[in-house]
Amino acid sequence: MRLFFKYMGLELKSQMQYRTSFLLLMLGQCLTPFTSFAALYFLFERFGQIQGWSFYEVTLCFAVTYVAFSVTECFARGFDTFSSLVVSGNFDRLLVRPRNTVVQVLGTRFEFARIGRLVLSIVVLIWAAIHIEIDWTLLKTLTLVLMCVSGMFIFTGIFILAASISFWTVQGLEIANIFTDGGREMTQYPLSIYQTWVKRFFTFVIPFACFNYLPLTYIVGREGSDSPFYALIPLVGILFLIPCLLVWRIGVRHYRSTGS
Amino acid sequence: MMKPYLSVFRLRISNGLQYRAAALAGVGTQFFFGFIFIMIFQAFYAHASEAPSMTLSQVITYTWLKQAFLALIVLWLRDNELFQLITSGNIAYELCRPSEIYGLWYAKLLAQRLSSALLRCFPILIVVAFLPEPYRLQLPPDIVSGLLFLATLLIGLLMIVALSMLIYISVFVTMSPAGSLLLFSIFGEFFAGLIIPVPLMPDWMQKIVYILPFHWTADFPFRVFTGNISKAEALTGILAQCLWLAALILFGKFTMDRALKRVVVQGG
Repeated sequence: MRLFFKYMGLELKSQMQYRTSFLLLMLGQCLTPFTSFAALYFLFERFGQIQGWSFYEVTLCFAVTYVAFSVTECFARGFDTFSSLVVSGNFDRLLVRPRNTVVQVLGTRFEFARIGRLVLSIVVLIWAAIHIEIDWTLLKTLTLVLMCVSGMFIFTGIFILAASISFWTVQGLEIANIFTDGGREMTQYPLSIYQTWVKRFFTFVIPFACFNYLPLTYIVGREGSDSPFYALIPLVGILFLIPCLLVWRIGVRHYRSTGS
Repeated sequence: MMKPYLSVFRLRISNGLQYRAAALAGVGTQFFFGFIFIMIFQAFYAHASEAPSMTLSQVITYTWLKQAFLALIVLWLRDNELFQLITSGNIAYELCRPSEIYGLWYAKLLAQRLSSALLRCFPILIVVAFLPEPYRLQLPPDIVSGLLFLATLLIGLLMIVALSMLIYISVFVTMSPAGSLLLFSIFGEFFAGLIIPVPLMPDWMQKIVYILPFHWTADFPFRVFTGNISKAEALTGILAQCLWLAALILFGKFTMDRALKRVVVQGG
């Protein structure tokens, strides 16, 4: 863990060398959630509601997703660009070092400019939490925090899975975007609006529902989901990381260097 | 006189057609995204209190067209080679060539977009034309609107290349592609109606969108296809597209000439 923070400090220093460019990039990063959010707002202005969900409820959902995704993107970006490590053969260098490969790959890249996105997402989250008509009990607040944390774990797991593919294919696959960017797009809305097969897949195979839809039903107090059990579902999402790390280990064993 | 541009164009097309596997993976991703967007719109339309100015089946067709022709209409598609030419100083070689640099790059970018769209659009279009209702792509109301769609899409493509040339030109000034690319592509995408179709935006936003050139590149051709825009309107629209295209190219050439005059190539 100390190593991880050391990597982080190094990256931060190197990115701060180009301060203006860094700040501009950070500002620019803010804009992506901004336009998606504008789209969401416009659609609600036109239609009023989406299958019984109000604007602020969906906004909360949207914000949780973006908070989780932007934190993950900031820290787990190394996995996103991992296929280039395999292609160039540079992964060999990581293997000979006496440290965990996961930590080292995490350490290859931090994109601090993505903090711009995080800040905007947190502002939206707080704004929605204030406007939504809920009495915030301690447990509900805790659930909200857990949702964000669980989301980070799930997205990190998916990034690791997507990177593991390149142990077999060498090239990264664009199809993995379905679960990273696609997951982000999809979980902006409560999962209940989708068709059954989508709902099932993203609850039981990839547990997106665990970090936003199911706990959200508890927070807004939907019928049938007021037991505190729903508040703890995000913890299940955290467990998703375990099989992902297992796949990674199998992948590392399978790895054959491409040479250079 | 056009020959060098044509051969650059041909070369790039065959180069782009090499990446068939990547295109296939891309097609899968486009399908998934298409379904997600459609389901979101379906959910919104399910309990709509008043009918919006665009029907659900028009929105669905619009979404599929967007997914199929993505390579023709997005601004974030970029050619890192060109950026490197500018920032590394290798632009000097390009300047030595006996043909004009704006035209050369224009042909290059156009071919790149065409080749990647050619690979991707047909599988998507064919499959979505046979999907069960309500996901099916609705064919245009008559042949004339189909032809008008092709014409508007083509001019839209020429416009988008002219627009993206402006991004490359801006790099001469800023030397770093990240900032201008990001700003330009995010707002451009929104104003082009790629995130939500323009008729679903509030009226004040629509007014802003119609002043800007971006909606002519995607929103306009797609709505001609769905019949949301009448044939008479489409014809006047084509005129506006041509005017914009001419203006964008003239502006691009002008700014590029100025940037090239000031360009300083460091030796090395």
